[in-house]
Amino acid sequence: MGKPFYHALKVVSEACTGCTHCMNVCPTAAIRIKYGKAVINEAACTDCGMCLKSCPRRAIIVEQDDFSQIFKFSNRVILLPTVFIGQFPDDISEEQIFAELHNIGFTYVMEVDKAVPMIISESEKFMELNKHKHPFISAFCPAVIRLIQVRFPSLIDNIIRLKQAMDLSAIYARKKFIDKGIPEEEIGVFYVTQCAAKIAAIKSPVGEDKSPVDGVINMDFIYNKVLLSINKNKNNPVEKVPEQYHLTPESIQWTLSGGESSNFKGRCLAIDEIHNVIDILEKLENDELNDIDFIELRACDHSCAGGALATNNRFLTIERLNKRMEDYVKNNYTSVNKMPKYKDFLIPQMQLTGEIMPRSIEKLDEDFTVAMQKMEQINKIMKILPQVDCGFCGTPSCKSLAKDVVMGKAKLSQCIFKQKMLTKDELISPEESQEIAAKIWGEDKFENHK
Amino acid sequence: MEFNYEIEGGNFSHAGTASSEVKKLLKQLNVNPALIKRIVVALYEAEVNVVAHAYEGVMNVVFDNNAIVVKIADKGPGIPDINLAMQEGFSTASPAVREMGFGAGMGLPNIKKNCDELKIESEVNKGTTVTMITHLN
Repeated sequence: MGKPFYHALKVVSEACTGCTHCMNVCPTAAIRIKYGKAVINEAACTDCGMCLKSCPRRAIIVEQDDFSQIFKFSNRVILLPTVFIGQFPDDISEEQIFAELHNIGFTYVMEVDKAVPMIISESEKFMELNKHKHPFISAFCPAVIRLIQVRFPSLIDNIIRLKQAMDLSAIYARKKFIDKGIPEEEIGVFYVTQCAAKIAAIKSPVGEDKSPVDGVINMDFIYNKVLLSINKNKNNPVEKVPEQYHLTPESIQWTLSGGESSNFKGRCLAIDEIHNVIDILEKLENDELNDIDFIELRACDHSCAGGALATNNRFLTIERLNKRMEDYVKNNYTSVNKMPKYKDFLIPQMQLTGEIMPRSIEKLDEDFTVAMQKMEQINKIMKILPQVDCGFCGTPSCKSLAKDVVMGKAKLSQCIFKQKMLTKDELISPEESQEIAAKIWGEDKFENHK
Repeated sequence: MEFNYEIEGGNFSHAGTASSEVKKLLKQLNVNPALIKRIVVALYEAEVNVVAHAYEGVMNVVFDNNAIVVKIADKGPGIPDINLAMQEGFSTASPAVREMGFGAGMGLPNIKKNCDELKIESEVNKGTTVTMITHLN
């Protein structure tokens, strides 16, 4: 087996009650309940964040780096996803947000979607040069890339093998400081993330050896910090930040649904929300979609505005970003973007040199004959299971239980229907039945609460 | 091991369901993704043929000796001239079927391209049986 995959999503045991919400929404059936707590199967998790969004007890969190680590560097770059500005109410200006990020400790603020013009032109080139890999799948969303690896490995070849905005901006910012004569080890590049998938992309990148980003800061965390800082400084004049700029509508649009697909030639689709993504990937895999040229796929509903770490309502975020685009046009803003000057340096580094490995979670065994035997066993077990997908066994469906039993990860007696039958036939005692249930749901659920 | 999936003639809203089910099996059996794609493309074409032309059909899937043997048998109009039907672009699909984006006359040629062995037996006014064999290693 390959090296383990880093996942940013973690279950907080103390807070988890094993309520099964997450287990039932996971698009790769990666969650089981054991001893009353949700357990995530790391091999199957795509970091899509559905579990976090569904958790009623905030028991699933996104692990982040310690904020004080930024001060290990004398030059501290903060990279923002475009949806960050969209988190704030209208009366807080872009200038204020930039200024407060400086007050908090950063020395340079940059929105990653400055890289968009370069990504568009390089994607066009990639598609032109790799016509046989048509239809093309965008590499924008790391959760989608991971989903393709685990569930649709036959589509790996269709992915546009280019680094995306976060990586490209990180390489650019670092290079800028190096060119100013600052030693590389004194430059720290940090990304504000709207989701778990971006963290996984930094800690355990796919298609590249190491991410150019040094650390991650959760968007909800930094949002709060900025807001507090704004309140504290509300009576002081806003300090002017030298790198302040206006992001072009093309760049702002990029992060919203349809932002990519509207840029390319031919028949382009834009899909958001993970189940919709799965649906379209199924069709693509069956060759049911003829003459599609480009597919934009994002795991979150309404793309990054719906990220798990977004604090603002996704529709309000989109409204603010739309307004920002309108303002750009209305006020005849111009945008200073020096990135094209570094084209010759950046473009060669955009190519993903490493492999995007298939890591199918569907296969029952490496060996065909063994896989076949296991499949036969699963079918036999399926015939005697109730097919109600009640989840009492601690797995999301009868099918998952059947598979887990055959893979040696569960016992058939975990099924409540089987347990009742076994108890009735006196093959197990009521105490044994309760013991089995306690292994799934935890001892405390079987105590009398007064 | 054997699996059977029913195919409903004339119902395009479920066209492709049987092929998708077989795809899941192939993934579980750790068949090479490129090969899965080939098989599923052939199956999908054959399944759509039943939906477009026949009244009802059954997709029978047998894994045998490292090969997948899929037999799709339908009750329907049958094919009067199989050689003609194998030609690219030849189609007897009704305008209604064509309007839905099917019936371009690439079905059978595409099936032939995407499996190792293809056998078509047909009797006019009775039905057609298409047998596709693909070796899995």
